[in-house]
Amino acid sequence: MTFIPLFFVLPLAAAFIIPILGKIAKSLIWIFVTLVSFALFIIALYGVAVTQQVPMLVYKMGNWPPPLGIVMAFDSLSAFMTLVISILVFAGGVFSLRYMSHYTGQWKFYTLYMLITAGMMGIAITGDLFNMFVFLEIAAISSYALVAFGVDAEELEASFKYMVMGEVGGLTFLLAIALLYAKTSTLNLADISNSLQIIGQTPFFWMVLGMMLFAFSIKAAFVPFHSWLPDAHPAAPAPISSLLSGIFIKVLGMYTIARLVFNVFGLSRANAPVFFNVLIGIGLLSIAFAGVTALSQKDYKRLLGYSSVSQVGYIMLGLGIGNYYGVAGAIFYILAHALGKGLLFLTSGSVVYATGTRDITKLAGLGEKMSTTAWSFRFGELSLIGIPPLVGFFAKYYIVLGALKIGFWWLAVVAIALSVLTLGYLLKIENNVFMKKGKAQAKKAPFTMRVAMVLLVVLIVLLGIGFQQVVDFLVGPAAHALLRGVEYANLVFGSVALGF
Amino acid sequence: MIIFLSCIILFLIGLYAIVTKRNLIKIVIGFAFIEYAINLLFALIGFRQGMLAPIITQVDMPHRFVDPIPQALVLTAIVIALGTTALMLSVVLRIYNRYKTFDIAEIRKLKG
Repeated sequence: MTFIPLFFVLPLAAAFIIPILGKIAKSLIWIFVTLVSFALFIIALYGVAVTQQVPMLVYKMGNWPPPLGIVMAFDSLSAFMTLVISILVFAGGVFSLRYMSHYTGQWKFYTLYMLITAGMMGIAITGDLFNMFVFLEIAAISSYALVAFGVDAEELEASFKYMVMGEVGGLTFLLAIALLYAKTSTLNLADISNSLQIIGQTPFFWMVLGMMLFAFSIKAAFVPFHSWLPDAHPAAPAPISSLLSGIFIKVLGMYTIARLVFNVFGLSRANAPVFFNVLIGIGLLSIAFAGVTALSQKDYKRLLGYSSVSQVGYIMLGLGIGNYYGVAGAIFYILAHALGKGLLFLTSGSVVYATGTRDITKLAGLGEKMSTTAWSFRFGELSLIGIPPLVGFFAKYYIVLGALKIGFWWLAVVAIALSVLTLGYLLKIENNVFMKKGKAQAKKAPFTMRVAMVLLVVLIVLLGIGFQQVVDFLVGPAAHALLRGVEYANLVFGSVALGF
Repeated sequence: MIIFLSCIILFLIGLYAIVTKRNLIKIVIGFAFIEYAINLLFALIGFRQGMLAPIITQVDMPHRFVDPIPQALVLTAIVIALGTTALMLSVVLRIYNRYKTFDIAEIRKLKG
């Protein structure tokens, strides 16, 4: 299928064209970026439509059949991820026009923006382990540079901290790849899956899986390894914070680990209950610890950063539950949190643009002056807390349902109870910034910023009301793609034979 | 076997430098150590005793070659390592320009 490589070829090509545009016609860059990200969105929609009929599409790079050549394996989960990535890239791109206008070297920003997109898209569609590492590093290196984009002292320091943690994770992943290659002599995910089924759950199996879990826990910022995130995400420009918190940690951390655990290592709650209970533990620890820490934050974006660590825990919880409802809930939560947290970080950008400060104790009375921003914040907040009929409610509902189905009723109670933390820290911003009467100097957010925020609000409401369609066409197939386990390998090789 | 262990030791030396050193440059050098260790491991994985370089000629046939894939992977990994090291050093240089020090204990604007 020839449209698959477009997902990373298009943004990569754009990344190389933007510097040339920067020399000739600066004003065209933003339009170009918006067009490219909208084109990605259309292709992703097409991909979702195609995967309704065909479970697995395979693109062979250079026409080498797997396992010899690199393949792009595109199934419903990849289609889902590419769709969510393209939505956030589009919203962030629209938002950037005015937000980035006071930075110098805008073409550098947009080049990195397209590179990070190419990296994320590549991870979502690749069917090759080393290829996954390369895309992961493309995305990670661009994100280090984007975090340091303002070159202030704090931003550089945050970027260095992020780089050190992120690279330890990336290199551990590379070491795990080396060990896996030594044992299986292949890099194709489907082929590795077949080999691992023969090897079985030996100590080697668990060692490699443990190293990968460590690596992706750093990338996804689970609690013992989360310390870079509350520094790095606030330091980046707001559209980048929105992209990083909204989807980047999920593609680099959650998607990769879900794909490897379910489809490559072939684990499920039936054959590895202890491992899945460990995943639940990691999730709960993240939710509780980061949630409590977020309550005491005074910095608008830093609070949201801790909130991201906490919310990602819910996704891990859903994966750890491991039945259909749990996994579907986790995937639904990726969508809900991407829209919700992406929106909240965009409102933070709008507030910083209007007032020049991120300290929520100094901000007051913005609810009347910036009504669009305030209302966008409220929608994102209610969705994250889980108020029906917004999209966040249904995601949480599925996770809780999954916990009940495997008989972990205490987990369902704890998951609902911990939502109170979300309510607590988000109301802190709501109260201080938007509800409290005050005379903060503020101007209205520019038109393009409001467009980007309203776009996400509309999606949060529409996808919440039409949740049954979302489950039928997006989330359900994606969950089935994960839960089919090692059948993944047969599908990849079978699709090659059939020519999909 | 001893030569594989030396890779692990090299890896641990690098990790030690990253975790304990206070000088930013030494942390970057620690990463270089880890990268070398992994590249060496890759090269050793592909090595077969007494086999030839994987270049197809009319005399040498593929079944007498060492595994060429790890060598290709090492080349890619070296390029990525070059990118990260260059970016790290440039950030370190910027930090030095701001604070006039490489000591990580004196660079503490952000808290935990």
